[in-house]
Amino acid sequence: MEDVYIIGAGIHPFGRTDGRSGRDQGVFAVRQAMADAGIEWTDVGCAYGGSAAAGSADIMVNELGLTGLPFINVANGCATGGSALASARNAIAAGEFDVALAVGFDKHPRGAFNAKPRDYGLPEWYGQTGMMLTTQFFALKIQRYMQLYGISRETLGRVAEKAFRNGVHADHAWRRSPVDLETILNSPMVNDPLTKYMFCAPAEGAVALILASGKKVRELGADAVKIASVAVRTRPPGSFEVFAPSVDIENGGKPTILASKAAFEQAGIGPEDISVAQLQDTESGAEIMHMAENGFCKDGDQEQWLREGRTEVTGTLPVNTDGGCLACGEPIGASGLRQVYENTVQLRGRGGGRQVPNNPKAAYSHVYGAPGLSGVCILER
Amino acid sequence: MQLEPIAENLWTNEAEPALIGGRLPSGKIVFPYPSGDAAEGVEPWRLSRKGTLWSWTRQDFQPKEPFEGPEPFQPYLLGYVELPGEVIVETRIVDCVLEDLKLGMPMEFVVAPFDATRATYAFRPEKA
Repeated sequence: MEDVYIIGAGIHPFGRTDGRSGRDQGVFAVRQAMADAGIEWTDVGCAYGGSAAAGSADIMVNELGLTGLPFINVANGCATGGSALASARNAIAAGEFDVALAVGFDKHPRGAFNAKPRDYGLPEWYGQTGMMLTTQFFALKIQRYMQLYGISRETLGRVAEKAFRNGVHADHAWRRSPVDLETILNSPMVNDPLTKYMFCAPAEGAVALILASGKKVRELGADAVKIASVAVRTRPPGSFEVFAPSVDIENGGKPTILASKAAFEQAGIGPEDISVAQLQDTESGAEIMHMAENGFCKDGDQEQWLREGRTEVTGTLPVNTDGGCLACGEPIGASGLRQVYENTVQLRGRGGGRQVPNNPKAAYSHVYGAPGLSGVCILER
Repeated sequence: MQLEPIAENLWTNEAEPALIGGRLPSGKIVFPYPSGDAAEGVEPWRLSRKGTLWSWTRQDFQPKEPFEGPEPFQPYLLGYVELPGEVIVETRIVDCVLEDLKLGMPMEFVVAPFDATRATYAFRPEKA
């Protein structure tokens, strides 16, 4: 398979932008990515994109230009961005196109997501009795994990503290002021043990990536990063996922473990080779558990890692260098691509106040979402 | 006044009620009993009334619809209880406070009031 590169990255600031639709934020990101790549819309051979709550991507052609290109709408929940990226990459790797666009955008109402039982094949009583909330799932998963592996509430707080500290230096972040540990730990409880500052919020935003073949990279002399691997996986039997009225007694695998393993195999490298990682941090506990599920540490080691600052921008494995979902919010369709955007920034050395030192060579991103799916992408310089 | 169950066939109608799960042809136990085509070949299974606490949390904010809990909103406990050899079920937790809950503690099934007219299922710490 031919190597595929990212040659342009664009982002519309995350957070709240009243008066601009999700799709218009997407168009903004596409224009920025094209300018970054030094190409025109007429150079784009094919496009993949979508949102969870802000409509279809393909009608962006009204704003971007009626060039006749194939524009595929992707509707894959939390993996929308990851699936768009995987598809765009495959289109180039197959040799059909030299330049492809992957775009994700979203605009959600304020407050926690309210899912409907029948959309997930679940009985009405599950929602009526108040057990169908994503925030509960995350609390239930980390509560058990903390008991089994000795993770403290303070460590949960440190993850959020780091996120807000990093967000200060990211132009696209939503929360851009530091919050101290005590404030985080003492903020209102959402679902024990997770407080308000430990949760990300639904938000708005958009990300666009321009992908190109090696031939096009040479032709343009582009500032390119290589896509070493992309893997999207759904849940195996016996995993514990969001919206589960019951769980198998036989503990099975996890979609993240499957996606991570596949991505490392495809790239031919291991966790020890990664210089910076963006891990799904819907809340503080998720980042902690995902450190282990993606193979970066053993279960329980996170307590020491956080205490020693190993996941800080200057640490041995910087995690969520732009503040992750905690500082950026979570526009579902754009969130996974934001991680890849941030890794592109880091590998090109354009991170400014949040730049990982010593020219990072390999960057890892991981998105997780309902109903139990994970997408991993590894970039190399 | 007799409270109506929040849904039919969620638990058995007997002196000591129990949740109704399903036994798949493979022997695996699931909860709740599946509906529609997924129920084909699945035998109703009376689940154990006793288990151990697998995880827990407290719902501290009022959920949006489809939540139908009584007004004004009161925080409530919920979690997962492992029924040995069967399945781990998600459930409301009653008759205790957050601080009472410990991983692996014995729990027992109970039918509990949900609002003024309806009952739902729950588990509570087993009485010593």
